[in-house]
Amino acid sequence: MSTAIELKAVTKSFGNTEIIRGVDLAIPQGERHAIIGPNGAGKSTLFNLISGRYPVSGGKILLNGESIIGLKPFEINRKGLSRSFQVTNIFQRMSVFENIRCAVLWSLGYRYSFWHRLGALKDANLRAEQVMDSIGLKARRDTPAGVLSYAEQRALEIGVTIAGGAEVILLDEPTAGMSRTETADAVELIRKVSQGKTLIMVEHDMGVVFDLADRISVLVYGEVIASDVPEKIRGNKAVQEAYLGTEAH
Amino acid sequence: MAKLKYRPINLGRWLVWGGTALLMIVLPLILTAGFTLTLLSQIGVGIIFALSYNMLLGQGGMLSFGHAVYSGLGAYFTVHALNLISKGSFYFPVTLVPLIGGVAGIVFGVIFGYVTTKKSGTTFAMISLGIGEMVAACSLMFPGFFGGEGGITANRVIGQPFLGITYGPSIQVYYLIVAWALICMAAMFAWTQTPLGRMANAVRDNPERAEFVGYDTHMVRFLTLVISGFFAGIAGGLNCINYEIVTADNVGALRSAGVLMATFIGGAGFFFGPVIGSIVFFTMVTAVGAVTKAWAFYLGLMFLLIVLYAPGGFASLIVMHIPVIKARLMRRLWLPYAATVVTGLVLLIGLMSLVEITYHYSLEASTAPEMTLFGFTFSVTNGTPWAVATGLLVGGFVISRFAWNAVGRAWGDIVHVMQGKSA
Repeated sequence: MSTAIELKAVTKSFGNTEIIRGVDLAIPQGERHAIIGPNGAGKSTLFNLISGRYPVSGGKILLNGESIIGLKPFEINRKGLSRSFQVTNIFQRMSVFENIRCAVLWSLGYRYSFWHRLGALKDANLRAEQVMDSIGLKARRDTPAGVLSYAEQRALEIGVTIAGGAEVILLDEPTAGMSRTETADAVELIRKVSQGKTLIMVEHDMGVVFDLADRISVLVYGEVIASDVPEKIRGNKAVQEAYLGTEAH
Repeated sequence: MAKLKYRPINLGRWLVWGGTALLMIVLPLILTAGFTLTLLSQIGVGIIFALSYNMLLGQGGMLSFGHAVYSGLGAYFTVHALNLISKGSFYFPVTLVPLIGGVAGIVFGVIFGYVTTKKSGTTFAMISLGIGEMVAACSLMFPGFFGGEGGITANRVIGQPFLGITYGPSIQVYYLIVAWALICMAAMFAWTQTPLGRMANAVRDNPERAEFVGYDTHMVRFLTLVISGFFAGIAGGLNCINYEIVTADNVGALRSAGVLMATFIGGAGFFFGPVIGSIVFFTMVTAVGAVTKAWAFYLGLMFLLIVLYAPGGFASLIVMHIPVIKARLMRRLWLPYAATVVTGLVLLIGLMSLVEITYHYSLEASTAPEMTLFGFTFSVTNGTPWAVATGLLVGGFVISRFAWNAVGRAWGDIVHVMQGKSA
């Protein structure tokens, strides 16, 4: 199977502080990959580098074998990579439906059109309804995103991320701040929407990680100290010392 | 399989549009005061200009201090085109001449817009101000094109009359403006319902997320500005036909500030806001301006009050009553509103008296101390009118506060009742 995302010796510094210190990572297509690590390890920074939010300081990032270094977020998105945010980042004043429709327009080729009427775009409206259905927000169709509950906003965040049909999906702490039942729902949702796609997620909840991930990478102080299947990670001495610590005994 | 929902024909929308069109057509037949046609023509052009401005401010979140650049340059290209047509250099029907202004608006939108729309927020506002000043400066640097202090004049009555339309009488020009205003309003409303229009809202609300769903925010802002420049240019072209003269004022900062005020007073958050804003703004400028020198003072005061107490403009004040009407709770508001109008009138008369007396005192007291106000004739050197005006102002303020509190309480009750119903 070919590689969806490949990082080669990626570094990132803010001023004199090196946050990412030479990360090598290869994630094959169709894999569900989790990135774990203690606070401040650089997980979110790594996401920001892959999605083009920050420029890298050094190294290479390949998406389906093609370099995406120096590309802007929208260019990377158009190449089939979509991401969610740790802090909910949606169009607060728009309805649930409008949020998702905005996220499908580009991928359906409507681009900057001012000669199509939104109401008449059957494919875009149908796709938006389907996504809304799959994230369980159909009943909230016309509710402004800003007044949704926290868990609903997180679901919409995932909906906006997947709506464009990207093949590579990056989810940044999708279950953070959720209750146990909300987390269980979110896991099922993520499993469903990432079917047949490449999923990379940053997650703190170990239950979610071991439940969903095919492979796990452990990031500590800007370096990947281990990258393997969940069972191997659980038994890895270095990981236990550096991250799981006494909790994993 | 998800089912698609289609909205039924929106009756309310048809009524608003039809009513607006009908009103614009019949108003000059009903109102026949001297300045009515002048005022209505200004409002018609102002509606196009303010709606084009609101594509930036309301729809795209771009606060521009230089929008007159696009309408003004549109007007200049129109005036030169008119002169060339009358010389016989080329043929173009006068009815369609505003399009020349529109094309000029597009061209300058492309030239200036690429730089201004790189950033949003304060940076955009500053660059738009700078470009406005640059163009205004050019108007004095290139007198050949801009006509220097005197501007450029033209004659709109050119070519063969079509169905008896010569555009000689101002009523014919008014109906030309109405036709263009209705077309432009419909086109700009349609724009809000397109992918680009919706993404302009998305870029306004959350530019970062817009980039992560595949949209180049710079390009969205740029295209929005170019289209806005097109409509602004049409407004400029109509102004040129209406006045048959274009001066440096057309590209000036005052014009840019005016459209900002009109749009904000009407309400930038609603499509119809700038329409209401243009009506209010030009009524203040022309109708109030015909009666008193202090019109700008009243306009400024109104702008201040809107910014402070109704930042959504007149449109938001109207829209906030729709759920109340639907819940059949308006009866709770009539009495407090009536009290507000009566007490507010006392306050307003007091304020206006004081302002008018002050204006008269500082400008004409030495030559003509006598003045007539609200039917009373008195001398401004006498202390009594000052005392009466101050008394009305203070008294009006005191009793108004009771009325305002009553309005506040009534709204509190209504919100309470409506929340109780929905819960």
